[in-house]
Amino acid sequence: MNAPLRRVGVVVIVLFGLLFANLNWIQAYKADEYRTSDYNGRVQVAEYERRRGNIEAGGTALAVSKETDGELTFLRTYPGGAKYAHVLGYKPVNLADTGIEKSENDFLAGTSDQLIGDRIKDMFTGDRTAGGNVLLTLSPRAQDVAYDQLRNNNRGVKKGAAIAIDPRTGAVQALVSMPSFDPNPLASHSSNEAAAAYNKLEQDAARPLRNRALAEVLPPGSTFKIVVAAAALENGISKDTNIPAGPSYTPPTSGGSITNAVPSICPQSQVTLMKAVTDSCNTGFAKLGVQLGPDVIKEKARQFGFEQDDLTVGRLGEGGLSVAASRTGSMENPDGGADPAALAQSSIGQRDVRMTPLEGAMIAAAVANNGSQMRPYLVRQLLAPDRTTVYDTAKPRELRKPVNSQVAGDLRDMMVSVVENGTGRNARINGYTVGGKTGTAQSAPDRPDHGWFIGFALDSDGNPVSAVCVVLEEAGSGGSAEAARIAGQIMRAAISDPGGR
Amino acid sequence: MTAAATPASSPVNAGERPGTRLARSRRNAELSLLVLAMVLVAAYGAMVEANVLDTITPTFWVPAAALSAVFLGMHLVIRFLAPFADPALLPAVALLNGLGVGFLHRLDLAQATPAERAELATFAGIGGRQLAWTLVSVILAAGLLALMRDHRSVSRYSYTLGLAGIVLVMLPAVLPASISEINGAKLWVRVGGFSIQPGEFAKLALLVFFAYYLVRKREVLSLASHRFLGIDFPRGRDLGPVLVVWAISLLVLVFEKDLGTSLLYFGMFVVTLYIATERVSWLLIGLVLFFGGAYLAYVLGEAVGGPFANFYLRAEIWLDPFGDPYDKGYQLVQGLLALGTGGLFGAGPGGGQPLLLPEVQNDFIFAGIGEEIGLFGLSALLVIYLLIVERGLRAALAVRDSFGKLLAGGLAFTLALQVFVIVGGISGLIPLTGQTTPFLSAGGSSLMANWLLIAVLLRVSDAGRRPVTGVGGKLSRPAGGPPEQLHGAPTEVIRP
Repeated sequence: MNAPLRRVGVVVIVLFGLLFANLNWIQAYKADEYRTSDYNGRVQVAEYERRRGNIEAGGTALAVSKETDGELTFLRTYPGGAKYAHVLGYKPVNLADTGIEKSENDFLAGTSDQLIGDRIKDMFTGDRTAGGNVLLTLSPRAQDVAYDQLRNNNRGVKKGAAIAIDPRTGAVQALVSMPSFDPNPLASHSSNEAAAAYNKLEQDAARPLRNRALAEVLPPGSTFKIVVAAAALENGISKDTNIPAGPSYTPPTSGGSITNAVPSICPQSQVTLMKAVTDSCNTGFAKLGVQLGPDVIKEKARQFGFEQDDLTVGRLGEGGLSVAASRTGSMENPDGGADPAALAQSSIGQRDVRMTPLEGAMIAAAVANNGSQMRPYLVRQLLAPDRTTVYDTAKPRELRKPVNSQVAGDLRDMMVSVVENGTGRNARINGYTVGGKTGTAQSAPDRPDHGWFIGFALDSDGNPVSAVCVVLEEAGSGGSAEAARIAGQIMRAAISDPGGR
Repeated sequence: MTAAATPASSPVNAGERPGTRLARSRRNAELSLLVLAMVLVAAYGAMVEANVLDTITPTFWVPAAALSAVFLGMHLVIRFLAPFADPALLPAVALLNGLGVGFLHRLDLAQATPAERAELATFAGIGGRQLAWTLVSVILAAGLLALMRDHRSVSRYSYTLGLAGIVLVMLPAVLPASISEINGAKLWVRVGGFSIQPGEFAKLALLVFFAYYLVRKREVLSLASHRFLGIDFPRGRDLGPVLVVWAISLLVLVFEKDLGTSLLYFGMFVVTLYIATERVSWLLIGLVLFFGGAYLAYVLGEAVGGPFANFYLRAEIWLDPFGDPYDKGYQLVQGLLALGTGGLFGAGPGGGQPLLLPEVQNDFIFAGIGEEIGLFGLSALLVIYLLIVERGLRAALAVRDSFGKLLAGGLAFTLALQVFVIVGGISGLIPLTGQTTPFLSAGGSSLMANWLLIAVLLRVSDAGRRPVTGVGGKLSRPAGGPPEQLHGAPTEVIRP
């Protein structure tokens, strides 16, 4: 019986060899996959054992972690509530994180490569240092004003967005999307509570979770005329050149006629480009667009930032909140030739032209900053857990140069004229030179128009201090005037508290 | 033939001449290994406290000391009652048992609030209960060694034990689910506050019966009638016993909803049958029958459901654990994640989060420990199990009577199979079934049964290594020499 016993011994070794091989498969080959699996609660518990770093702006803590007695040690709270929700995002236990909480997660959680020194130190001291802190460019005062003014707009509009940036650097000074939401319940340690809060927001028809300032594209209306005007200035037309206008214009290929907002605007057959911008003359710009052709307008729009689909706003050059692409849409016939009807409507920011509020602010900023468009960013500094070592300070850089400084100067003069003499008077600020452009865009045939304002403020030395875009969705008549008023308020706050760079 | 199979009448001389005993018993080696094992257990306890409590309390050594006292007692019992027993068995089992107690104590610490921790008495919590069960089990094992001075004596009760085994196996199946079902497997008898797994004891009883029965019948069962593909197949009419055991194991599979137990009984029987007859054909027949039956149960479970549904479900979870990670596959997924998180080196004793694992004190203890000691630690545990099993098989090789060979070989293989079934189950190698992990899992039944198993192995190894005393001679046993052949001669199978 010894021979079979010996063979049984071999069988046992084979069985244990299989167990050993399988454990190798799980604990070595698949270990990383399992360790970071979404189903692995250990990752969370470990993550919540370390105090997550703060997100701050202008010395105010906007996201902080508080110690609790629960299984998960630290609770993420947002003292600002709904005001900063779309910038900060939220860091839930089981749901997906968003915003800066997501894009700077590694640094906030203390797991980023930059913080390896702190982690090695921890190994020797036995401490568990907190995660790193993220300092934002936001100006708390501008954000306050943007949030309050947008919510209390005199049109009773419930949906809209406002964004202000520093034209010289691209630093975002204020970013508000309306309606907003309170991120605190989403960060609850009770996954039921968090899921209930999330589902409620997700099912809300007004889509409060959407960051309208960056991700919503709407027809820009007359604000798009700045792009067309820039194209015209580069094609032999000066701001004092007379361009054809008139009370109405019917493009050759289409029965739909284009008129002006009120009959008193440019009824004469010719107006200067300056006057056309100041009064927002639709017929003049429709004809100008047809004259310039689709390629010129689309190329100019692209140079201002249209069609870019990979822009992010966060740390400079390293991810962040993604920005939807603004589009000019088609202005050609199916056979490839220019479609005058489409071209005429596109030239006044209708048809298939779509723009994000951020793109509106970046157009105004480029005009204000001598034609140089700076890359927008939200994170100005990464601060070590000990709050003394600085890991990353934003170095502003040019994103593109859509127009030269001479064209920018002409555009600036025209936009200043809009605020001083034209449709944008509500945006004026004492002691500062404000320029801008209003826009009233048809949304859908049976819906009220969107009201837009893009603009900038220059200090007494002519230096640009703020550029802004405000949009009030379906605000109806007077929407753009209210948008201009809010924009002025935001810029005034940004001037007194410019935020960090 | 039968004479060799039934207990031999030749008196077993205690071989108590001082010279031989001191030279060969290797009890001191056992003692040193035991001390080493207990030092490891104490170190493990200290590391757990350092990680869980951030400090090492002045009483960290108490559980290890209590265990040491118990195992030292066992060592003394072996010294007197089975002086030539294998010296590696007790330390290896003591190490596993001690680590099990340590890990269960670690679960208590993690569950207790800081205030409760201070008052956690030595015998409180599941760790403390396991410590108490260890004491009871070791006393039982010592008692068995005392009662069973010669392993052949148990063959007298083999039919009684066989009947008892079948009753114990079937008991949970016929009892109502309210008494016998825990987590979908009907393996239990719950009386008052106690849960007993009768199957744990049944495997011992049944193995004694198998060993006895097969020693009696081995000539018949090894008769071959057909030769096919170079393998001799048995006569059709001799298939009876294997078919009966197969049917019983399938009934267990269906009515106790437990693949592991069924695989355990059937594997145990087929392997003892193979050892007894030396016929590979029995292994093949057994494998074909078992996998055919399991596949049939799977197909029936999908098509018919009913009593087969549970097995079908388990097979489905095994095939794709991440298909339903929050509900059906939850246990297995969490087990895999725990093992994966542990990685090569583990989080360190006390550094993991075993409380996230369902049934971590029981079925999933190997995964819970694996998270903390990593692949290297688990490999070491597997080697210790392998050591116990191979030492058991060695005892079977060394012992001279057929009954002892079958008994020790069968028990050793059963232990190996149980480790394979549960460790393979929690690591996704085979469908998961509710087996206990020998010597680690919390629970008295399993611990007692496995200690009794070790007591039998100790007894058989003692018989095998004991010097043979010839007629009035100071005849020490020559390794692999004539006595081996003398005893083996009658057991040789007549090959056709």
